Amino acid sequence: MQPIKPKELEPKSRIAGFEEVVFCYTEEEALKEARRCVQCKDPTCISGCPVGIDIKKFIKRIIKKDYKGAYLTIKEKNDFPSICGRVCPAEYQCRKACVFTKKGEPFASGKSINIHFLERFVGDWGLHSSLRGAEGDEAISKDEIASRPFPPHASYGGTPPYACNGGAGARKDMIGKKVAVVGSGPAGLCCAGELARGGVSVTIFESLHKTGGVLRYGIPPFRLPQGVLDFEINCLKKLGVQIVPNVIIGKGKTLDELFKEEYSAIFLGLGAGTPSFLKLAGENLCNVYSANEFLTRVNLMGAYKFPESHTPVNVGKAVVVIGGGNTAIDAARVALRLQKINNIEPNVSIFYRRTEIEMPARRLEIWHAKEEGIKFKLLTQPIGFSGDDKGHLRKIQCLSCQLGEPDSSGRRRPVPMEGSEFEADCDLAIVAVGLNANQLLTKETPSLKVDKWGDIEVNSETMETSVKNIYAGGDIVGGEGTVIEAMGMAKKAAKTILERLPRNSKS
Amino acid sequence: MKILKKKILAEIKGTRTTKMEVEAPLVARKAKAGQFVVLMAKEEGERIPLTVVSADEKTGTITLIFQELGFTTKLLGSLVPGDELYSIVGPLGHATEIKSYGNVILIGGGVGIAEIYPVAKAMKDAGNKVFTIIGARTKNLVILEKELKSISDELFITTDDGSYGREGFTTDVLKELLAEKQHLVYAVGPIPMMEKVAQVTKPYGVKTVASLNALMVDGTGMCGCCRVTIGGEVKFSCVDGPEFDAHKVDWKELMVRSKIYCEKEKHICKLNNKQV
Repeated sequence: MQPIKPKELEPKSRIAGFEEVVFCYTEEEALKEARRCVQCKDPTCISGCPVGIDIKKFIKRIIKKDYKGAYLTIKEKNDFPSICGRVCPAEYQCRKACVFTKKGEPFASGKSINIHFLERFVGDWGLHSSLRGAEGDEAISKDEIASRPFPPHASYGGTPPYACNGGAGARKDMIGKKVAVVGSGPAGLCCAGELARGGVSVTIFESLHKTGGVLRYGIPPFRLPQGVLDFEINCLKKLGVQIVPNVIIGKGKTLDELFKEEYSAIFLGLGAGTPSFLKLAGENLCNVYSANEFLTRVNLMGAYKFPESHTPVNVGKAVVVIGGGNTAIDAARVALRLQKINNIEPNVSIFYRRTEIEMPARRLEIWHAKEEGIKFKLLTQPIGFSGDDKGHLRKIQCLSCQLGEPDSSGRRRPVPMEGSEFEADCDLAIVAVGLNANQLLTKETPSLKVDKWGDIEVNSETMETSVKNIYAGGDIVGGEGTVIEAMGMAKKAAKTILERLPRNSKS
Repeated sequence: MKILKKKILAEIKGTRTTKMEVEAPLVARKAKAGQFVVLMAKEEGERIPLTVVSADEKTGTITLIFQELGFTTKLLGSLVPGDELYSIVGPLGHATEIKSYGNVILIGGGVGIAEIYPVAKAMKDAGNKVFTIIGARTKNLVILEKELKSISDELFITTDDGSYGREGFTTDVLKELLAEKQHLVYAVGPIPMMEKVAQVTKPYGVKTVASLNALMVDGTGMCGCCRVTIGGEVKFSCVDGPEFDAHKVDWKELMVRSKIYCEKEKHICKLNNKQV
């Protein structure tokens, strides 16, 4: 049977706004796709999931139309199915491990089960059930499952349908135990959820005015609507997790002060928030942006709605995005939409120094970018920027590359070719070549051992840092990674923290 | 995050200098001279950095002084005591290195006068001889004269138009003071002023520190908007600064980058000029 693809918005109508591009499966589509799963006796897909979701079981429950059961199965391991189902690079993870993908292929075969789309179907079923205040085990009809995309900034205030057991106060032996989580990105949110379910009182401290970390400022609403993000975070609040925005641990409060306030442990989910630049001439010209700045202005500060939102972002007539990961693709697709919204002829190119196979981005994002009209200039390495007398970017200078021997990442190394210099018009450039550890806290805390890149060193099993009772996970530990990888580390940390918390006496 | 007090310190056609006392207990506890906060007046607002002029740990409040020049500062200036800011976070940036240097010259231009106040006070408390030079375009924009007089060994005032104090620029007075041995010059003000200060002090080899006013978004080192070139290296004003060795700053680049949203700024001010 052919794999089932969910509906998508037409490229022309997509780029006129920030509406979500990929629709949820309808019930019929989900059932068709779920039935393609052969329910392997020894499923290999589960080992491909960084948080070990029982994929075989949740798919089986979909087949039986037990959507509540499927939801609870996923929730046993993953608090955020509506997020992960939208952003997980499943083609490198569970789908690659699926029995339908041949060993040794660089990413999942087209025949592998669309586990991520099924996960999203289940997550969104949970979201919609809560919106309708659904009770009981009725099967949901085709019409009731949303088959339209979410508007980018709708807010969903509903109660999650089936709050999992737990929450502060749920366990007598954990009453009064407090843990602080620093950062409300994927790692922090996941750790908080696990700890709350363990009966601990959790407070998340977030430095920005809005929660979600990279889920909010980095991933555009046409991939992850902010209303969905709000809903998933709200589920944590229902578990008793407190979230305090506008507090920078390290500046407004120190780690020592948290311990003095009787937090038994601290989890650091600080993220890799520092942008890398290329260190090229002209990189500080006006309109050379880091992808972080560009995306933060648009996604977090709403710059696409300027002047209703007061934060501006420049738009550009000839935009070049440098990089080949999801961040580069996101930035390119945002830049294109800004052009369309501002009645500028769409003209966005991605310059990448290797070829498409080596691009770390999700294949779906690359495909969507092409559909939307983004040009790909591969085997191209920028070597400089030049501007006009007002200090604004006008041109980008590049070299063409060839692929040589594999480098330490296992990918073939790009080798710039002598004499291949060329120049292209460019009045706005976005540098999306990677992110490094955010060192705001670690620089203030010398007792926290970091490696030469500023990443926090941890015990790989317990996730404990060099300081007792301080744990860390996510990009601040592993360097740039995915949402689900961050969650895998957060779960390890939460498990250790729960095991090590001194229990209240039983009497 | 409530605004508790508000006072207009100076007003001329087109701009005001406004002082506000704001509830911000975590900032008030920790803020040191030289540090700043990033705040949003409204949910749809911009994140903007403002220097903490003073902090009161007991009452949990901080004082901010800002010039109402652009859309967001004007919006902020339209709020009144009782209004809540949407967000405020800090203290950010490195604190000024306060120690006994000897003779210290502090130079404040325009709203920079407010920004040197906490540093001048701390320098005086650390046992330095403090010479303060403040400059403004005209008499009505001179602020904090009484406050600075009480903490400086000598206070000099200049106005561009000669309507108060001495006619001329702060650097005119600086040149004269440099005839005596000075150990530190600390300047905050418009970019051309700070650049001029650096040029004037260079031949004397005296350590010169400038507190830069780069544009920011998050203020926590995440985006690179506030990047400046210091001695050929790229630094982020929000986490590596806001103070830098004035002799190493690429002033031309800072000036150019500060104008990146001039068009957008004009647009939003024009649209809203009746509402703010």
